[in-house]
Amino acid sequence: MASGREIRRRIRSVKNVAQITKAMEMVAASKMRRAQRNVLATRPYADRLHDVMSELTSRMGAAARKGTLLDVRTPVKNVAVVVVTPDRGLAGSLVSNVLRRVGSFILDQRAQGRNVETYAIGKKGRDFLARSRQNLAAEIIKIGDTPGLADTLGISTNIIEGFRQGRYDEVYMIYSEFVNTLVQRPAVKRLLPIEPPSGKSEGKSFDYNYEPDQSEVLSELLPRFVEVQLYQAVLENIASFYSAQMVAMRNATDNAKELVRDLTLSFNKTRQAGITNEVSEITAATAAME
Amino acid sequence: MPIHLEIVTAERVVLSDDVDQVNAPTKEGRVGILPRHMPLITILVPGELDIIKNNERTEYAVSGGFMEVLPNRITILADAVERADEIDEERAERARRAAEERMSAHQSEVDMAKAEAELRRALTRIKVAQLRRMKKQR
Repeated sequence: MASGREIRRRIRSVKNVAQITKAMEMVAASKMRRAQRNVLATRPYADRLHDVMSELTSRMGAAARKGTLLDVRTPVKNVAVVVVTPDRGLAGSLVSNVLRRVGSFILDQRAQGRNVETYAIGKKGRDFLARSRQNLAAEIIKIGDTPGLADTLGISTNIIEGFRQGRYDEVYMIYSEFVNTLVQRPAVKRLLPIEPPSGKSEGKSFDYNYEPDQSEVLSELLPRFVEVQLYQAVLENIASFYSAQMVAMRNATDNAKELVRDLTLSFNKTRQAGITNEVSEITAATAAME
Repeated sequence: MPIHLEIVTAERVVLSDDVDQVNAPTKEGRVGILPRHMPLITILVPGELDIIKNNERTEYAVSGGFMEVLPNRITILADAVERADEIDEERAERARRAAEERMSAHQSEVDMAKAEAELRRALTRIKVAQLRRMKKQR
């Protein structure tokens, strides 16, 4: 058994760790709340866009979709995937869950004979793609905790251009979907071609006048829809990251406290054993003298 | 009878208020919207957005987007928007130069797209700020 002094030193260092993880937990909690608010703040814009788009696309045939971002092409030869991850770790299994999903997605696409080009938002994904020698077209890192839409435009513009020029037949994004504080799920979503919203907007169909005309409004609308979807994924990823970090740090704090309890117990036991030992030595010595 | 106006961007709801009239820069020219307008969806171009409420005019700089008009409600989906009197012309000018510089530096396409968006925004701000100055001088 370790000596009393050694155990005491370990108790001190574990207590220090607990203090640090506790502080990180609280920082993550407050950042998470802010990130959640940011996710919610994009909803009104995205919902209106979605409604207008479903108005416009509901009466559209497959022929009219040709040449727009709605155009479904077969066969699919070239795909692009945008990997959205945090820049940092210390968030439990969040990052590895997403990256595992990315790995299986890429393998699956290759197995179907498709070329895969990748884009990365966030350092963790970038490093993973670089390490596994994927075809990395572009990256955005250090996007911060409260990015604006403009911060993601680099990649959204690029994939939209790529789709228009026929460099990509399909574009996907993989990110951590924020379900709630305890649950974050890796999600794969198709960005392009855009899935026309099927949900009819609750019967409140108005006979709109379109200026200049429907097709022009639609061609301005569709790229924005892609942009906002990617932007929302980036925000959700941030919210997921801080929730996962908060939970991971809480677990770490709890573990450290338990360790302190265990160590204190064994410290006391050592101390007790020492005392018992001394007492019996003294008794034995006294007995011998009599 | 006022009309409800909502200005939203991808980042947040900028304004939600009852107003009397909205003048917006659209692709087909400037339009004025009064309550009970017919349903309309139109494309906005960079320019000045006026909102009139109780005979008071507030100006915004909008850098593009959409406007949806219903008889009792206007929704503006703006790419970027800010109050004209909050625009710092010098700062906008600096932002324009910075964006132009970055664009001419021929960076990757990713940086180009971001610089382009920033440039567009800066140009709108400068344009609106100049318009305001001219009006004041008159």
